[in-house]
Amino acid sequence: MPERQVTVGPGVGLHARPAALFVKAASKAPGDVRIGTLGGEPVNAKSILAVLGLDVRGGADIVLSTDGDGADETLDTLAAMIEAGESGGG
Amino acid sequence: MADLRGLGVSPGMAAGPVRRMGERVPEPPHDVTAGNSDAEIAEATDALGAVAADLESRGERAGGDAEDVLSAQAMMARDPGLAEAVDKAIHKGHSAARAVFEAFGSYRDVLAGAGEYMAGRVADLDDVRDRVVARLLGVPMPGVPESAEPFVLVAHDLAPADTAFLDPAKVRGFVTEEGGPTSHSAILARSLGLPAVVACPGATTIVDGTVVIVDGASGEVRVDPSADELGAVRQAAAARHATQAVTGPGATADGHKVPLLANIGGPSDIAAAVAAGAEGVGLFRTEILFLDRADEPTAEEQEAAYRQVLAAFPDGKVVVRVLDAGADKPLPFLPAPSAEANPALGVRGIRMLRHSPGLLDRQLAALVTAAGAGGARLEVMAPMVADVAEARWFAGRCRAAGLTEGVGVMVEVPAAALRAVHIAAEVEFVSIGTNDLAQYAFAADRMLGALAHLQDPWQAALLDLVALTAAATAGAGRRTGVCGEAAADPALACVLVGMGVNTLSMGAASIALVRAALSRHTTDQCAAAATAARAAVTAGDARSAAREHLTGLADVGL
Repeated sequence: MPERQVTVGPGVGLHARPAALFVKAASKAPGDVRIGTLGGEPVNAKSILAVLGLDVRGGADIVLSTDGDGADETLDTLAAMIEAGESGGG
Repeated sequence: MADLRGLGVSPGMAAGPVRRMGERVPEPPHDVTAGNSDAEIAEATDALGAVAADLESRGERAGGDAEDVLSAQAMMARDPGLAEAVDKAIHKGHSAARAVFEAFGSYRDVLAGAGEYMAGRVADLDDVRDRVVARLLGVPMPGVPESAEPFVLVAHDLAPADTAFLDPAKVRGFVTEEGGPTSHSAILARSLGLPAVVACPGATTIVDGTVVIVDGASGEVRVDPSADELGAVRQAAAARHATQAVTGPGATADGHKVPLLANIGGPSDIAAAVAAGAEGVGLFRTEILFLDRADEPTAEEQEAAYRQVLAAFPDGKVVVRVLDAGADKPLPFLPAPSAEANPALGVRGIRMLRHSPGLLDRQLAALVTAAGAGGARLEVMAPMVADVAEARWFAGRCRAAGLTEGVGVMVEVPAAALRAVHIAAEVEFVSIGTNDLAQYAFAADRMLGALAHLQDPWQAALLDLVALTAAATAGAGRRTGVCGEAAADPALACVLVGMGVNTLSMGAASIALVRAALSRHTTDQCAAAATAARAAVTAGDARSAAREHLTGLADVGL
């Protein structure tokens, strides 16, 4: 399963609106998408509750992984959102 | 039951029987059903989907920030992980309602353990759970109660989801146990012109049907009032209602003109402002043009929006606040701001614009072009100015853009209020944003209900900062406006005029009452009320001291 390590951009992190935008984007991917903290158990990136539960703060490192068609494109899109911080996807 | 007291946040008196907000949905029984698990799963799935659809449609109808919150809540109801957890619980033998309760519970524990940022999401999650469980148990949904007769709404606090469809004809006033002057309940009450008391301990213990009088100025809630008292309230409500029919420019009883302006967020607010007889716009927040988009709005796009607002007030002025963004509302088309633990104290407002002067220059150019097409007199102002250097820098950019007059700065930072004499000299006017000025002067987050007493605009230290600013600005031969919630309080509006404030800007719904209050008092009465308010030590005393001089408030039911 292709994966990528990303540093979360500035702001409060994957909370509230940024988390909702991220999950909406992840939900568009055809395959499974997972997000986890370094060394932590990855969770379903299409689940707003799981993503909020990770409590990812601005500046944290996270790992994204996905499979299925267009895995690289999916990772590109999601990584860019996360790196942009709260501005991601806005 | 004894009378209660909270913080009056929307003036006027209202009376009626209490109806409490849909109470807590009961925890579904811990039964183990021998039922058909497929049927239970279908029932749970339907309820989750129906609640999600309901939240989405409420969001679309409400728009704005409420839509963001409601759409995130709908995502929670549609969460794939939650659906799996519900399936699992049903397969263990739980009923649909209990399974939903258990599934939400596991996520709730995780979020509640994730710290302060998540506290708001836990409340959102509980709300979704209650809606789904209520649907499955067939009990009333939490929310504004149904009632054939008008009532006084009593709640813990009011969330946008509760109030998006509130029928103003049915609700006579609000009382909430929590909240503060800038909480959703307070802002909504003012925008509907309903008396409201917030931060009122014991409010939710009032039994449904009990008749109360809500005094939205003093904060008093009279329980089981006499027939005479109820008669007086009815008269006051009628007098208050009658002020809505009066139009015309704002002025005191002795003819001193005080332009009454509207606070707007974009062209969609124009109609309400014009209908309320606003003489112009005192605060046009331009964020809506810039937020939630990948690219900076084009010159044409900006000009079109500005022209629309300017055209609506051909005989008045429109004060445009240039973009006020910060780390809490970052813009994708600007360099990403550094992580900030306290965005309210970070690189925002003019501080952000100084890092991106091109953005400001393009906004100013679009404003100048739009103003060239006619309509209202254009004025521009900068948010979050803290010192003379910032005011000078902003004025310089405006002059370079061709604005030879009508340049101002907001006074929201106590440092700017303390040195208003020097800051005002750099520009033509200052506009006091009392909400932020209170937040920064009292080091009290304006969204925190627990600090409501520190956000009270009648606080002595805040009145001092406003009076100091108005006097220093007048001394420098410049004009002072107020565009915070303080201007929307009819009694405080008179006090502000008494301090020498020249214009008042507020939500359109507040204009009629402020116009009525001003028209019944002379400048001398306003000045005496200001002096009395400033001599008082507490916010409550300042209110009563000012009212002793504002004898005409009773005529308009305030």
